[in-house]
Amino acid sequence: MNNKNEIDSKLVSSYNKRKKRKVLGAVGRNLGLTLYAVFALFPLLWMVLCSFKPDTEMYTTVFRFHPTTANYSAVLIGTDYFKAFYQNFVVSAFAVLITIVAGVPVAYALARYQFKSKESVAFTILSFKFAPEILVCLPVFLIFQKIGLYDTYFGLIWVYQLVTMPLLIWVLRGYFEDISVEIEQAAQLDGYKWYEIFLKTLVPLVKPGLVSVGLLAFIFAWNDFTFPLILSGSNIQTITITSLRYLASDTVHYGQVAVASTIAVLPEVIGCLFIQKHLVRGLSFGAVKG
Amino acid sequence: MPTKKSSSVNYNEIPKNIRRRPFYIIAPGMIILIGIMIPFVLAILLSFTNFSFKSITWHFIGLRNWISMLTDSEFYHALLVTLVYGVSATAVQMVLGTVVALLLKKDTFYSKILKVLFVFPLMVAPAIAVLIWQLMTSNTVGVLEKFLNLFGVFNFPWASSYRTSMFTAVLIDTWVNTPFILLLVLAGIQSLPKSPFEAAQVDGASAWFTFKTLTFPMLKPFMYIALLFRLMAALQEFAVIFSLSKGGPGDSLMNISLTAYMTAFKYSRVGVAMPYLLVLWLIINYSAKAIVKRQRKLARQAEGL
Repeated sequence: MNNKNEIDSKLVSSYNKRKKRKVLGAVGRNLGLTLYAVFALFPLLWMVLCSFKPDTEMYTTVFRFHPTTANYSAVLIGTDYFKAFYQNFVVSAFAVLITIVAGVPVAYALARYQFKSKESVAFTILSFKFAPEILVCLPVFLIFQKIGLYDTYFGLIWVYQLVTMPLLIWVLRGYFEDISVEIEQAAQLDGYKWYEIFLKTLVPLVKPGLVSVGLLAFIFAWNDFTFPLILSGSNIQTITITSLRYLASDTVHYGQVAVASTIAVLPEVIGCLFIQKHLVRGLSFGAVKG
Repeated sequence: MPTKKSSSVNYNEIPKNIRRRPFYIIAPGMIILIGIMIPFVLAILLSFTNFSFKSITWHFIGLRNWISMLTDSEFYHALLVTLVYGVSATAVQMVLGTVVALLLKKDTFYSKILKVLFVFPLMVAPAIAVLIWQLMTSNTVGVLEKFLNLFGVFNFPWASSYRTSMFTAVLIDTWVNTPFILLLVLAGIQSLPKSPFEAAQVDGASAWFTFKTLTFPMLKPFMYIALLFRLMAALQEFAVIFSLSKGGPGDSLMNISLTAYMTAFKYSRVGVAMPYLLVLWLIINYSAKAIVKRQRKLARQAEGL
């Protein structure tokens, strides 16, 4: 009888202890998450807030101010920011387009065909990603000036292939490998040529992956800094380079800095919402199939 | 029955047009990429010349650029900055990313929302991230200054002091890139098998013991992939540092990329800049190979568990 009571009380105290630990764990977990959330998200919130702050209240107020859109109109109408936005869009979009046309077949070949030095071709493509951008830029700068590609759309789009193509090839190779060979064989039995099989059955099957990796490649190209810094001058401007000028001028209009960054970030944040599912796979070049 | 060689089709041999097909398929992509990689060969050649934007003529000067680089204290300083920046940024991000990923492990409403929101900074261009942080850290309009004032800290110098510029750069880099580690580790967590953990629970293993002997070893392959991509990028970081302070104040942030850029474009000495970049490329290539080798071993181990 006595013994049983002892066991009972032990059980109760162990249960209580565990319950306490569980509550404490949940509190600690959410506290940690909230702390990191503040670190990760507050700068973005602050940026948006600053973009609506009038210049007169910039230095005196923190959170409470009279919102205005004066900064937006100043940046969009008064400066060539819109031009940079447009040109950045053209360069990135065409870079991704060319990458898709030339890169999807490469990904397919690397996934399906067995040929000599296949792996070394694949790793050479990957090594482009790890080559320091400046190392590539400097000689390209010299050549481009010689052959007249410096500060042109074509030149910049070509160099951007180093950013977009390895990404697309490596990620898409994984998607092609996921498709079973039987589908291809069935189509072959039906009398389709290899390129018909490729275009009519395989490309539609990898389409979700293709769209998301294309979008990611676009974001990478959009964000690139080193290539446009060195390889473009006054003709072609990208957002990353143009935005820096708002800070470099003598009288810094912080409101305009905020507007410039808000507009640059907005398309990417919206874009990344669409590719949540494929993000891990894309970011890790297909190494992690999240 | 012994087969005889005949003029008929040999079905064991793949026809030439099919054997060559993959090469045709990859040709356009490779031409685009290789066209842009020709400059790499040029880079090696340039490192043996006294090429400069200032003079039209140039000639080969042998190993002089290399020798002068190796005897220059500027080079060792750049190397040190590169390593300090690369290693500290990567280390902070790895720890922070892994910890937050583990906190997000439990599926609650809150963590589901945060998983989406946490990705945002990763999408921000490094140059834009610097702008955003200038808005935060500016001593006149920045909210951080006002926050630090509460604790009695006034005019924290951030990027304008020799002693805090490295901290500021690493902070911005961490803000942008921690979600990358976070996402990869989270993907690793979601792929963990259930049964070993149930077994551990039945055996009464403590949380720490489970983490040390099960979770962590199984997550290691994922962390190594994250490490590979982060370290390679952090060692050659250019955008963050250039936008923040162009390597200054003084030479506090002059890593190899910045030094080479300044040598080439500010002082127009292209030939002198090239050995720096080639050394950087060697460092990156070597460490990438080492990490990939270790990752493969760990992935095999994790599967064998």
